[in-house]
Amino acid sequence: MVSPGPSHPVPVEGAGGRGRTSVRPVQGPPKLEVRDLWLGYGSRTVLRQVSLSVRENEILGIIGPANGGKTSFLRALNRMNELTPGMWVRGQILLDGEDISRLPNVYSLRRRIGVVFPLPVGLPLSIYDNVALAPRLAGIRSKAKLDEIVERCLVRAALWDEVKDRLHALGSLLSGGQQQRLTIARALSQDPELLLLDEFSIAVDPVTTMRIEDVLKELKREITIVLVTNLVQQARRLADRTAFFLNGEVVEIGETEALFQGKVEDPRTLEYLEGKFG
Amino acid sequence: MPPEMDGNSSTYGLEGKGAALRGPEGASRRYGRDWAWWQDKLVASVVFVGGVSAIVFVLGIFAFVTREGLGFILHTMDVREFFGSIAWRPTSLIRPTYGALALIVGTAFVTGLAMVFSVPFSLGAAIFIGEFAKGRVRETLKILVELLAAVPSVVWGFIGMTVMNEFLIRTFGVPVGLNAMNAGLILGLMAAPIMTTIAEDALKAVPDGYREAAEAMGATRWQVVWRVVLPAAKNGLLGAVLLGVGRAFGETMAVLMASGHSIHLPTSPFDSVRALTATIAAELGETAVGSDHYRALFTLGILLFVVTFFINLAADLVVRGVRGGR
Repeated sequence: MVSPGPSHPVPVEGAGGRGRTSVRPVQGPPKLEVRDLWLGYGSRTVLRQVSLSVRENEILGIIGPANGGKTSFLRALNRMNELTPGMWVRGQILLDGEDISRLPNVYSLRRRIGVVFPLPVGLPLSIYDNVALAPRLAGIRSKAKLDEIVERCLVRAALWDEVKDRLHALGSLLSGGQQQRLTIARALSQDPELLLLDEFSIAVDPVTTMRIEDVLKELKREITIVLVTNLVQQARRLADRTAFFLNGEVVEIGETEALFQGKVEDPRTLEYLEGKFG
Repeated sequence: MPPEMDGNSSTYGLEGKGAALRGPEGASRRYGRDWAWWQDKLVASVVFVGGVSAIVFVLGIFAFVTREGLGFILHTMDVREFFGSIAWRPTSLIRPTYGALALIVGTAFVTGLAMVFSVPFSLGAAIFIGEFAKGRVRETLKILVELLAAVPSVVWGFIGMTVMNEFLIRTFGVPVGLNAMNAGLILGLMAAPIMTTIAEDALKAVPDGYREAAEAMGATRWQVVWRVVLPAAKNGLLGAVLLGVGRAFGETMAVLMASGHSIHLPTSPFDSVRALTATIAAELGETAVGSDHYRALFTLGILLFVVTFFINLAADLVVRGVRGGR
């Protein structure tokens, strides 16, 4: 069980090779730090003793077979667990050094964190209203400001060109791939510092998946991303570092390229990456 | 040629009685009618009879009511008097008059008051049960609301005559407590459970994914309800209100007991009124079958039937819109 803490040294020689910046800036404090997290539903424990950190402006990939606790982990990060009856969380989650369980206003926490769910949820509102919802919830009323936000987010989600002429059509009438980009635009509309994606490509065709992946690579410059995926190759394409979740434990976390080159500390990681199980 | 290709009699068809003889041994055993086939046909025909009987009964009732009332509509009724006069004097020996205006206004007024009281409370209750209450509180509330729907209307009428009557006299200092306000409150209480139950169903039909998506964006519980759930459920909620209107409109016994039953164009909620339904209930037993009075009451019945039919139809179309539209 290797779950390095935040001070784990970065194997610089493992990164790079795929056009990524191989030399990282000196580590500041992590954007997100999870310490000794336990989580479960009723008497069933789903995650055991998870400790990991996510650096500012990186994509952390989370891979692993089903039932490994990946989605539950994401839910804990913005306290969505409180909406699920019977779900409990123990341990510490620090966002910018602040313990999120102590924040007095959970809604303001969730506004800082964007979430994209596996299946696109186009709210039964127009495309425009879908994207404008979060700013409106935050109290923005000015039409000009909302227009600006909607356009910027749709452009960033690579959807603007396809929908700019029908912003007031129902969002739920878009195709699956378009809806997923709409949910990404929606998640961006609250200017999140952290974006959580849960198997976003599950209902999306390969071409759209590639477009969204390009979007994510762009977004990484501005925000920090945690990407849960069941596509090992997607983690390889996108993630700077990858964590391998297995049966509720973090088996391994390390630079993605190093893991794929076989520099693993636990043989099970390699077996999973090579497709021997999962 | 395999038996199922044989044009005029297929083994699957109703008329395929010869198939077993025609095909090779194996095929007839494989495609013969087994008990599940017969069971299916039996259940299908029983269910068909049940479904058709609903239509037969509705049409039958309409035909009967129309037959009884038609003679009045064709020969005696003066449309201007019926809809324009408040003089409902069917038993007058000199010149009976059949002005139903006060009855129509009475029913509409009482129904309107009932909706003013019950719509906010019912929708509030539905939102609380569906969106805010959790676990045991929620289950208990649901059972209590359904229990409220099971109270017989004569009991409601009794409460109107005793409790509500006293309450109105004391609180508002009015001379008579049996009035439109009393009937409106009682009808509101009666319509509330059905509206709450249907409205809660409408809220439940909104996918949880919508709530979760909004909550992940940092929406508060109330923002989720106001911005996402209510817009998504609005057709179902409107349907719930219309069903409540239908319930209040058609109620008889409680209105008869609580409204004061006096022919009167109400100018204030504390005036006594008389409803269409209550008039039929109170007078039908004392009329001679086939008399003008008897037929006039059935005409009121036709009026009620037509109005409730359109209210229910509207509710149905509105609720359907929720499923078909998205």
